[in-house]
Amino acid sequence: MWALLIRDLRLAVRAGGGFGLGLAFFLLVAVLVPLGVGPEGDVLGRIAPGILWVGALLACLLSLDRIFALDFEDGSLDLLTTSPIPLEGVVAVKALAHWVVTGLPLTLAAPVLGVLLNLPVGGYGWLVLSLLLGTPALSVIGAFGAALVVGVKRGGLLLSLLVLPLYVPTLIFGAEVVSRGAAGQAASVPLLLLAGITLGAAALLPFAAAAAIRINLR
Amino acid sequence: MDLSVSGLAVARGGIAVLEGVRFRLMAGRALVLRGPNGIGKTTLLRTLAGLQPPLAGEMSMPAESLAYAAHADGLKAVLTVAENLAFWAAVNGTATAEAAMTAMNLQELRDRRAAHLSAGQKRRLGLARVLVTGRPIWVLDEPTVSLDAASVALFAGVVRAHLAAGGSALMATHIDLGLAEAEVLDLTPFKARAPVAGGRMGAFDEAFG
Amino acid sequence: MSIWEYANPKKFMQTSAWLLPWVTGLALACLVAGLIWGFFFTPDDFRQGSTVKIIYLHVPAAMMAINAWVMMLITSLIWLVRRHHVSALAAKAAAPVGLTFTVIALLTGAFWGQPMWGTWWAWDPRLTSFLILTLFYLGYIALWQAIEDPDTAADLTAVLCLVGSVFALLSRYAVLFWNQGLHQGASLSLDKEENVADVFWFPLLVCIAGFVLLFVALVLMRTRTEIRARRVQALLARERLA
Repeated sequence: MWALLIRDLRLAVRAGGGFGLGLAFFLLVAVLVPLGVGPEGDVLGRIAPGILWVGALLACLLSLDRIFALDFEDGSLDLLTTSPIPLEGVVAVKALAHWVVTGLPLTLAAPVLGVLLNLPVGGYGWLVLSLLLGTPALSVIGAFGAALVVGVKRGGLLLSLLVLPLYVPTLIFGAEVVSRGAAGQAASVPLLLLAGITLGAAALLPFAAAAAIRINLR
Repeated sequence: MDLSVSGLAVARGGIAVLEGVRFRLMAGRALVLRGPNGIGKTTLLRTLAGLQPPLAGEMSMPAESLAYAAHADGLKAVLTVAENLAFWAAVNGTATAEAAMTAMNLQELRDRRAAHLSAGQKRRLGLARVLVTGRPIWVLDEPTVSLDAASVALFAGVVRAHLAAGGSALMATHIDLGLAEAEVLDLTPFKARAPVAGGRMGAFDEAFG
Repeated sequence: MSIWEYANPKKFMQTSAWLLPWVTGLALACLVAGLIWGFFFTPDDFRQGSTVKIIYLHVPAAMMAINAWVMMLITSLIWLVRRHHVSALAAKAAAPVGLTFTVIALLTGAFWGQPMWGTWWAWDPRLTSFLILTLFYLGYIALWQAIEDPDTAADLTAVLCLVGSVFALLSRYAVLFWNQGLHQGASLSLDKEENVADVFWFPLLVCIAGFVLLFVALVLMRTRTEIRARRVQALLARERLA
């Protein structure tokens, strides 16, 4: 499993576009929103938590279809399925690799973009914490969606349609943590709910995703 | 370490292509599957590898004993030959990547990225991947496609060594492998009869008869 | 005789052919009677005036929007566990019907909300939940459309329906957490205080019965169509083989 994680990370680095594209997209969202909304600092500060979370979510979505599609096309997925590693483990490791390549950099970059969006001082800690706890759920749920459409040619748009509704609870709790934190209110309840979603998704969805892959390989 | 199959029926796209397939592959033996295009060789091999369920029949083999190699080699273009093999060796928990590279004559290419290999070289790498699984029963789909005569001979030698070590090999191919000792099974007699003649369809369509 | 015998396509076609005219007729009778009773023979509400009468479309449609998803969940489970093809096809058939009910609930809600709340749309928890439900229906239908092999599509959509149900429920609570909302309480709770008055209640019951029967009739019709489509495919496949 360790070897699979290393391989996926190595592929992401060598093939390029893994780290870079998602981050660049996130930056673009943070630049375009003020251009559309107007430069008033208090308006931006109020919508910053939501914009940052939606931006992170969409940036995450960009690279989802590559989680399994490349391995499906070159036959690796067949071979991994017949290998000694359980397919559920393969799914979990690939979701983890996706998180390291997208979720983690987005989390680290978010405070910088928070400055651009005039996020109130109290919100930065909550922003990083909520993204750190919430982006793994985005990767795992995304891996499930990617597993569903792995056999579909040009499944990118379909994948968005399937995955975005599943992202609703994560987005609501994640953005709620930041906006409550930024407003100086207690944010531990949405934070715990967010952590619950991440843990639940990480524990259960690999099984559903592995089932979907087996169905697709038949 | 025997692979035995009886009364096996396999389906492609919900329609039975082969039925009543039976054979037994014992340790140290090789079996070559033949038959015209579309008869269901690939489907049969995928079923044996556990990638799709059989429509009917029995398959018996020791657990985790099958090494499957398909048309697609599962190689990553941006990884080098050595990295590709080391990955599959690690996944299978073996440490035979070096030996496999030597056996398939890949040592000179070890630091070259798979993207820069010729079709035949990729195929050799794909076969080296079968070696590093360390599993006794090889199930190979058209293993010698795009190999030159020297490489086919090399491959035949590797298969012989595997058989001598107590392994076995099941191969679907049209090309002569230079393995005189391999038995040949023609799949044509097992072609699923047309349903009007009383053969079987996919389970669903049968319900609509 | 076991209930599963109806899962045989032939048996299902026979039974549903017999059942369908009755269900359709009863659905039409209930809808016509309930809507006429509701629209013309009930008094105006003392606060809401005659706008309240949209309740006869809004409430039953909203109920069936959720019930249709529940029915899809159950039939998906039956398909995954017992591999009855009729069950999978019934889930496929129910999805567009459920989607239509959801859209009807949203539209009638907007028409009701405009005079009452002064706005066509508010990000109220119930409205938001229904909007999210629409997205789930769309994704489910899109997945059916995208996958060619019918059994693969049935399996994958069933898995999506299962996982989607969990996330739909989570979304419902997340949305409640997110905004408390201005939608009125349940119109049909057993609590007498909250409940609508009997004059509105009886025609509403007739309308709900009508919508349930309409749903059953539409799903039966669509399932029969799906079964026939699969039969055509099977016959074509046979011809290719023969």
